[in-house]
Amino acid sequence: MRKRVVSMWFPRLPSDRVLRAGLLHTANDNRPFALIHHEKNTDRIYCLNDAAETQCLHRGMVLSDARAYCPDLQSQPADRIADAKFLHTLARWSKRYCPWVGLDGTDGLMLNITGSAHLFGGEAAMLDDMRHRLARAGLSSHIAAANTRGAAWALTHYGHKAHDDIRALPVAALRIDAKTDTALQRLGLRKISDLLALPRATIVRRFGPDVVLRLDQAMGAQDEVISPLGETPHYGVRLTLPDPIGLIEDVMMATDRLLARLCDKLKDQEMGARQLQLTLRRVDQGAQQVELRLAAPMRDAARILPLFARGVDTVDAGYGIDQMRLEATQVERLLNAQFTSTTTSNPDDLNDLITRLGNRIGLDNIHRFLPADSHIPERSFQTVPAAYSTASGSWASLRPRPLRLFAPEPIAAGGSKPPQKFRWRRMSLTTGRATGPERIAPEWWLPDDNWRSGVRDYWTVDTREGRRLWLFYTPQDPGWFVHGEFA
Amino acid sequence: MYNPRMTAFESQFPPMASRTHEVCGPSAMTFAVALGARLGGKVLWVREAWRSEQINPVGIAPYLDPQHLLLAQAQNHLDVLASAEEALRSGSVALVVMEVTQPVGLTEGRRLQLAAQSGKTMGLCVLPEGMGSNAAQTRWHCAPIFDAANAAEDSTLQRWKIIKNKSGTNKAWSVRWNAQTRRINVVSEIAQR
Repeated sequence: MRKRVVSMWFPRLPSDRVLRAGLLHTANDNRPFALIHHEKNTDRIYCLNDAAETQCLHRGMVLSDARAYCPDLQSQPADRIADAKFLHTLARWSKRYCPWVGLDGTDGLMLNITGSAHLFGGEAAMLDDMRHRLARAGLSSHIAAANTRGAAWALTHYGHKAHDDIRALPVAALRIDAKTDTALQRLGLRKISDLLALPRATIVRRFGPDVVLRLDQAMGAQDEVISPLGETPHYGVRLTLPDPIGLIEDVMMATDRLLARLCDKLKDQEMGARQLQLTLRRVDQGAQQVELRLAAPMRDAARILPLFARGVDTVDAGYGIDQMRLEATQVERLLNAQFTSTTTSNPDDLNDLITRLGNRIGLDNIHRFLPADSHIPERSFQTVPAAYSTASGSWASLRPRPLRLFAPEPIAAGGSKPPQKFRWRRMSLTTGRATGPERIAPEWWLPDDNWRSGVRDYWTVDTREGRRLWLFYTPQDPGWFVHGEFA
Repeated sequence: MYNPRMTAFESQFPPMASRTHEVCGPSAMTFAVALGARLGGKVLWVREAWRSEQINPVGIAPYLDPQHLLLAQAQNHLDVLASAEEALRSGSVALVVMEVTQPVGLTEGRRLQLAAQSGKTMGLCVLPEGMGSNAAQTRWHCAPIFDAANAAEDSTLQRWKIIKNKSGTNKAWSVRWNAQTRRINVVSEIAQR
């Protein structure tokens, strides 16, 4: 069977995408519209619609010039990422025609329709169907079929309805760069047929192998493949039950079955679930959801199942549940790990505990401490959510530090030496021994309201009553404060 | 019959495994971290989120590697107890410390005790003075005492008392943390005079 390739080119893909989304009022009345791209300190037209083009606007034009030509021009910033996503959507849509669809640049698709045209009543009917559907979706498109990818591209970008012989097309239709194109035109080689008439060796000598390669690809002497897009994996499974269920054990058993299938999927892709959603559909069409956030990426069904127990417990089954759906709404890479004889620490149990606690009090409320590089006592450590960090770092302190820190509590005292007697938290305390001072200066590069009072002289005060306190004196704004307690 | 071994500090500290214990007094936190260091392994610290007093991991470092400390901040008293029960039952940490501000009832205390037994984990309830539950295995009172004789760089001299003991007698010791060996040293009574 001969290979047939369809090329789709969307010359106005970015502006069509915005207009068909109906974000602007111009969607219906055909008013000039342009997408703007900011580069080299100027706003330039990136893509524009038909109405704008008839008013003599063109791509690359400076926006202020365009406004002068056409005062009612509507504009919006371009979004290339959304455009690329839209092209992927189109690629997925065009799988209705054939399974082999690849991207062609940023604004085109290539379909290998070999053997699938008859399903649509022949090639011409298939192309008509494509044109019709794309036009109805509000996309301007050029579509052509040919024996090779190069020829199909040439026909969409340079062809006319009248002839579909690529020999009559200009040389630029060979997908060569602009410089080579100009050079060929200067030699009087305007059409592809002119190029074909020349001996190949002279072309290679003058322009390098690239032109001949493109020519061969267009004429079919050299094969060119279309690389199809891979399927994006979907981490969702569902189960429909012949009879409604309502007991917790039954729901858990069904969840177990779903989990086994989901975990197989995750294992194939070397992924781990971070967030799971179990949707239980009841007979009366009501749906209830159980969400599970995991402390670490996981794909072990036997371990995930008991974590669902708490959530499933709260579900109201009503007249019964007849459909269940389990989806991993957030996944993370989880590579297969090698178990060795030296693998000793197994943090899995702890992660399970963090998950279980996280489902009760919130995963962000379980913290671990990480050391931070600062002399300021409050900033010498960080508390970070345990589920999103790993324990690390070394904790070393040259001077003794209190076990507990509180917001500085003022005490009545004067002078730069620690007071002999003072009252703190309704206790009257007598200083037995004072060690210090240790001067800590604020970090001027970080604004901190607590440190507005300037440098602090810290003293360790052992009171005769037993309490050991961490006091500080602020010489720049005299005052005494209790900041922490040892033991 | 009097058995001197029953009153030795080593026989009482660490207290009985797979049980929940209680500690109160100004030095309760030292007791908790010293116990965590003595047991080894991970320590889960459960407290209410509204408390403004911060645990200072730099200060904890001489006792216990802060890498092994996890801090869970629950919304209210009931969540603290529920989280602690969950953690005790799972048995994946060595010590669960719960900092409570309200009295722990007999039912809750008993539930914690059963959870600790089934998970083979030790629980420690840090509470204000005079708020214990009868279900606790032991209750300790810890307070620092002023020590004029020793240099200030030493750790705080403390008086640790057992004020409730389900299986043993009440006793008191003067102790001091030794940061080099990472253990509690009992200071002889005579040396205090």
